[in-house]
Amino acid sequence: MDKIAVIGVAQTPFSPNKSGETYADLAYEATTKALEDAGLAIADIGNIITTSNDFWDGRTISSMAVGDSAGAAYGEGKNISTVEGDGTLGAFYGMTRILSGSYESTLVLAHSKLSEGNNHLITNAFFDPTYERAIGMDSLTASALQAQSYYNRYKIPPRQSALAVVKNRANAIRNPNAHLQEELTIEDVLRSPQPAPPIHEMEIAPESDGAAALILTTESFAKKHGAKPVWIEGVSFCAEGHRLGERRLWESPALRQAAQKAYKMAGIDNPRKDIDVAEIYEACSYQELLWSEELGFCAQGQGGAFIESRATQLKGELPINPSGGCLSAHAIIVAGLVRIIEAVLQLRGEAVNQVEDAKRALAHGQYGLAGQSHCVWILGKN
Amino acid sequence: MKRVAIVGSGQTHHTGSRLDVNGPELINEAVIRALEDTGLKRKDIDGVLIGNMDHFEGVNGVELWSIDGNGGLMKPTIKMTTGGTTGSTLAIGGYHLVASGHFDRLLVIGWEKNSESDTTGAITTAFDPIWDRMVFAGAISGLAIDAMNYCHKFGVTPKDAARVVVRDRMNALKNPFAHVRKEITIEEVLRSPLIADPLRLWDMCPRTDGACAVIYASEDVAEKIAPKPTWILAAANRHPYSYVGDVECYPITSLYHASREAYAKAGIKEPLKEIDVMELYTPYSYANLSWIEALGLAKPGEGPKLVWDGATEMDGELPINPSGGVICTNPIGATGLIRAAECAGQISGKAGDHQVPGVKTALSTGFGGCFWSDILIYGEKKP
Amino acid sequence: MVKKNLNLLTLTNGESFQPFRYALGSAGARFFQELKDNNRFMGLRCAKCEKVYIPPRNVCGPCFEPLKDWVQVGPEGSIYSFTVLRFAFIDPETGEKKPVPYGYGFIRLDGASTNLQHFLELPKNGDLKIGMRVRPVFAKNAQGNMRDIVHFSVDGA
Repeated sequence: MDKIAVIGVAQTPFSPNKSGETYADLAYEATTKALEDAGLAIADIGNIITTSNDFWDGRTISSMAVGDSAGAAYGEGKNISTVEGDGTLGAFYGMTRILSGSYESTLVLAHSKLSEGNNHLITNAFFDPTYERAIGMDSLTASALQAQSYYNRYKIPPRQSALAVVKNRANAIRNPNAHLQEELTIEDVLRSPQPAPPIHEMEIAPESDGAAALILTTESFAKKHGAKPVWIEGVSFCAEGHRLGERRLWESPALRQAAQKAYKMAGIDNPRKDIDVAEIYEACSYQELLWSEELGFCAQGQGGAFIESRATQLKGELPINPSGGCLSAHAIIVAGLVRIIEAVLQLRGEAVNQVEDAKRALAHGQYGLAGQSHCVWILGKN
Repeated sequence: MKRVAIVGSGQTHHTGSRLDVNGPELINEAVIRALEDTGLKRKDIDGVLIGNMDHFEGVNGVELWSIDGNGGLMKPTIKMTTGGTTGSTLAIGGYHLVASGHFDRLLVIGWEKNSESDTTGAITTAFDPIWDRMVFAGAISGLAIDAMNYCHKFGVTPKDAARVVVRDRMNALKNPFAHVRKEITIEEVLRSPLIADPLRLWDMCPRTDGACAVIYASEDVAEKIAPKPTWILAAANRHPYSYVGDVECYPITSLYHASREAYAKAGIKEPLKEIDVMELYTPYSYANLSWIEALGLAKPGEGPKLVWDGATEMDGELPINPSGGVICTNPIGATGLIRAAECAGQISGKAGDHQVPGVKTALSTGFGGCFWSDILIYGEKKP
Repeated sequence: MVKKNLNLLTLTNGESFQPFRYALGSAGARFFQELKDNNRFMGLRCAKCEKVYIPPRNVCGPCFEPLKDWVQVGPEGSIYSFTVLRFAFIDPETGEKKPVPYGYGFIRLDGASTNLQHFLELPKNGDLKIGMRVRPVFAKNAQGNMRDIVHFSVDGA
């Protein structure tokens, strides 16, 4: 694969209710900040990919709201397209548009405001309308089923999942963009109510409003513009089956496959050793454990022991979510793009909780019920 | 960077309501036909790209819900959606994804079951909730405003528009997959009820249930799969407006700029002479007159003359919509992709009864959103 | 194949209504406040290309510049283009069918560079025509939304 660089990144602060700002406002903020970060003007951008979801935006063509603010109308207009799904998938399409030889650069934008709609109804609409929807499930109850089956299968004590909350929310204290920043104990987490057992309230990623953008370019474009490039070494995505009852919920074959393919592209044999820092998408605390297994950071069933070993702490062997992760800021659609952005900041040495001498980072996105679809990125400094 | 070809496609028999299948089953019909057309099996497919308009079926995450039908199980599966342009967005997306070298054989699917929801309601929610939605007058009103403006500017008549309907309806008679397959006369179009001045019932596209699947292949494998692959020569688009009221009706600027970019990429200077067939996303009759002017086929106001002269008929200089076009079939999320499948059918000589002889170069468009346009150009020769 | 004697069924799922609270943003909030309190139309002018935008928004798309200069436009304007709806459909905002026929148009308010779309009252005498002058008819109880204007009318404009 030709070399593709990330040369500009930006995110808005994430908060529970940006009721004073429209989608277009958020999009313009993220876009202009990303251009500034890259030292570019909108005129320099070859094409644009927006990422959004019509259900969360309460609008059939959700991309329409942000086109002007992303530069689609600039001059005589620019080529633009839209991915519906996690921001990591929008970035993937943005990357392929450069690799296709059509453009030298892509601006990738994602926006979402969970405050405007009803997340229960919106994620209930992920279920099959004929057989499943009337039961009233949503993304949280799907995750609860997954957590239950995972805990049961490997005898994971709830305490170990709670560790992810304690770690991530503490990491978020230094992240000015985070939505939740707090010093917690395991007991605080386990004492919080259980809206969907075994998941505690504090173990659920918050519902955030915000936007993020990044700029991808060819190697020659990055050189020409004197940018600080971070390089894409590998990327892959994969989706497994839909019906929860037909899935082995205690594992994630889609994530395993996406990770293995991305590792192969990047020449990674031992992810735990070869990766210096990981930003992974955990919509609930248990997912950080389960995804760690499927990413090959530890053996199956060992996700709990892995986090307990302190390996994923800021000073550990493989820090996970030094930004505070999705447990600290979670604008669905945007959240995966933020993982890539945080990985880029780590490799530039500009992250708020900088991992010393980070040379290679992993960023992960997911989409759908209980992580039906996953996307894995490997980014490198050199 | 790889050159990319369409190596086969499959469509459902498009119709007003498919109560005999659910969404994944409808999708699967098109997928099976595309696989049969190419001799490929699901295991040969590297990835799936799918799209529709969410609120027409009321299902969130359609790419994941339909995974048993769309063939994407344990493969990279991704969704793109941009409203009416969804199908052409997919056609362009398939090109970029394969050209990137990440996929050798990509399955691209567009679909819609318009019968399952209130189309006007769903289209209304496409527009800005604060500014546009409370004073919106249905899916047709914006198109009527465009037509009214065009008529006012050039003295174009309802009879001119009806002539296009006659052409597309006649063509659809020879397309077994078309939805509306019934001959019509100019008088019948002019006698049909006025819906939104100047648009009459038969000036408009139908509401259709249908799916279309197209298989894209990289240059490494395309010629092994298809004896005559259809190479993608150019793709371009413009989605320039965020608010309905910003639209400048004539000429349709998005199509004008996108087509000039695509012509330049494909080295086309005189589209009327150099392109052999076009499949245009023209959801109402007048669009077939004014938009061919934007495409540079006729001078401003002279689109009707080109149609009356017979240039766009099956035996004319540049046949337009041999499939019967969108006036006869409109499963929205699939519509733009059907245009791509039809162009590939024409170039590979597989268009059956509606085959135009000797097609070497073809062009398709997509339309949607706030008068947005997408465009692709295809050729028989590897670029 | 579908069996001949099989009754094909549908499932009606109308309760999947999704409630929303859409942000008006700062430009929208100012516009509707002025409309509600003063029956005044305010647009935003681009300092670079001088286009005056209605609805007001945060950015000029073609220039990609933030918009800050408020200017009053209208309240009168002219018909950029229009149609007359003669087919009743259910208005998703009210759940009811709006009685036909009624007019709908793109209105270029005096001083604006883009169109405001709204309903048009059908004239008592004659037909609507492109270029006709129109004036807004305001609702009695303004709520701070687009329906604070009942419609635009050619009569008296």
